[in-house]
Amino acid sequence: MAKEKTYKAPKKKFDKAYLKRYWQLYALLFLPLLYLLIFKYLPMRYIILAFKEYKLNTPLRDMPWANVRGQTDALKYFKQAFGNIDFKRALWNTLKLNALDLIMGFPAPIIFALILNELCFKKFKKVVQTIAYMPHFLSWVIIASLCTQLLAPTDGLINALVTHMGGESIPFLDDPSHWVGTYVGAGVWQSFGWGSIIYLASIAGINTELYEAASVDGAGRFRKMWHITLPGIKPTIVVLLIMNLGYIMGGGFERPWAMRNNLVIEVADVIATYVYKVGIQGLKISLTTAVGLFQSVVGLFFLLAANTISRKLGERGIW
Amino acid sequence: MKVKSIQAKIGDWVFVLICVIISIICVVPMVNLAAKSLSGTEFLIRHEVYLWPKGFNLEAYQTVLSDAKYQRAFIWTAVLTLICTLLSLTMTALCAYPLIYPGLKGRGVINIFITITMFFNAGTIPNYLLMNDLKLLENPLVLIIPSCLSIYNMIIMRSFFYGIPDSLRESAEIDGASFVQILVKIYLPLSKPVFASLALFYAVGRWNGYGDALMYIKTNKQYYPLQLLLYNILNNTNAVEVAAQEGFNQPGLKDSLKCATVMFATVPILLIYPWLQRYFIAGVTMGAVKE
Repeated sequence: MAKEKTYKAPKKKFDKAYLKRYWQLYALLFLPLLYLLIFKYLPMRYIILAFKEYKLNTPLRDMPWANVRGQTDALKYFKQAFGNIDFKRALWNTLKLNALDLIMGFPAPIIFALILNELCFKKFKKVVQTIAYMPHFLSWVIIASLCTQLLAPTDGLINALVTHMGGESIPFLDDPSHWVGTYVGAGVWQSFGWGSIIYLASIAGINTELYEAASVDGAGRFRKMWHITLPGIKPTIVVLLIMNLGYIMGGGFERPWAMRNNLVIEVADVIATYVYKVGIQGLKISLTTAVGLFQSVVGLFFLLAANTISRKLGERGIW
Repeated sequence: MKVKSIQAKIGDWVFVLICVIISIICVVPMVNLAAKSLSGTEFLIRHEVYLWPKGFNLEAYQTVLSDAKYQRAFIWTAVLTLICTLLSLTMTALCAYPLIYPGLKGRGVINIFITITMFFNAGTIPNYLLMNDLKLLENPLVLIIPSCLSIYNMIIMRSFFYGIPDSLRESAEIDGASFVQILVKIYLPLSKPVFASLALFYAVGRWNGYGDALMYIKTNKQYYPLQLLLYNILNNTNAVEVAAQEGFNQPGLKDSLKCATVMFATVPILLIYPWLQRYFIAGVTMGAVKE
């Protein structure tokens, strides 16, 4: 189809006529780009603090380079972080909790979507979906309090059931290794329903003739699931898996902060909470800037790797 | 007409059963909490309340609803959520719309400028120091401005805009409409679904968020959003302050008060989200990695 040449812009030069027509688009972009410049790029200048000695009320350029007794050592704070048992623990916990989240949380929405797909009552399916999306809309403060109420050692519903059946009360919240299970379980609970949306959409895109043909050939429910549905959603699974692997160093602050308690700090302290405690509460600015930079750079590396792999497999990356 | 075998029918019911169990797992924690919030103190002390309230009463709710602190936090969070949602939607549209024009010079550079922010974050401390520079610490604006544009949501809106046929805007362009006119007259009216789903995403994010308030607001407690207030109460951060509140020194009532407070902060969202299901499903699907 031949398009009108008169308004096709790519042919145009960046001249008066172009600007007269296009200035509005630049004007619309002004605020969003200004926002990104100020709130995403401007803070980057403070990254230099990872290599400097932070001094209150001093211009950035007047702060001295990080030094040990006058001897300049720009990497002082990185060395300090990696010599610090609390940071090493936080780093390990970040990786461990993220990995467990991935192992438990990644398959859950796929399995749920497959189950939903087998339901033949439309109304019922809708109700189940609505209920399963609910946890996604709860804040971590609320989920943490739901856990406390439900899993408390004496009066929690679960432990009441367990002791009623003659078992020992399970320390879901107080014992470090049980707490990890609670943390991961709460994550699965919160996200499996929401996560299934994308797989359901993917399943809906599968050609229904395939199922009919398989039925004619006498394939049962599970054969169809295995040979048609799963291969049909495989591209989605692969891309989401790779992207999730890319976020292995990431990790929000609100979930671990809301769910931790004093008895489980050894397993609950992650980088985000470590930086908050030591940096913002403890004011060790240079040290925590270094920690943050380390996390951002490693996170960037993982994301770029994930994106490259995803594109190599012929899928669209996240940009 | 397909006739199902007995086995297939049993299979159907097995899946129904599995779904019933999953649904129960989803709602039990909330039901447990609701039951406790509606129960009498003596039953709570004796740990007798599980899924159904005992000694039904609304005392805890009366206490929470008549407490000026909660009322204020509720109204403030509602206002905050409204402002944030409107501002964020505006910013998102402003960012997404121009980028759909292939003729826009510098689009590639702008896209890179935007994408970098998705992959690299300066970190908590640099952000904190920036807020300090901008005089945003202890300022209510810190809960609004720094989070007013999500690039993920921008990408969702942009792919929705891409889905609107080019021919619509091209014919408008021939008729001499300006880009702003095309946005207002063509794109906005056609984009209600994406606005609805992004509005929900932004609103839920703000209503549920507390990390920014925790980091950036310490002394101006009147600006605490509901979730942070809740966090402080549930975790007894200010033990003296909490104990001084009416009821919080009685163990049983304290439990039902906690539960009522959580219900109070949750119910608004639970009432809204089922009605927007169609829209948020579309939103999630559009934002997915595969187009």
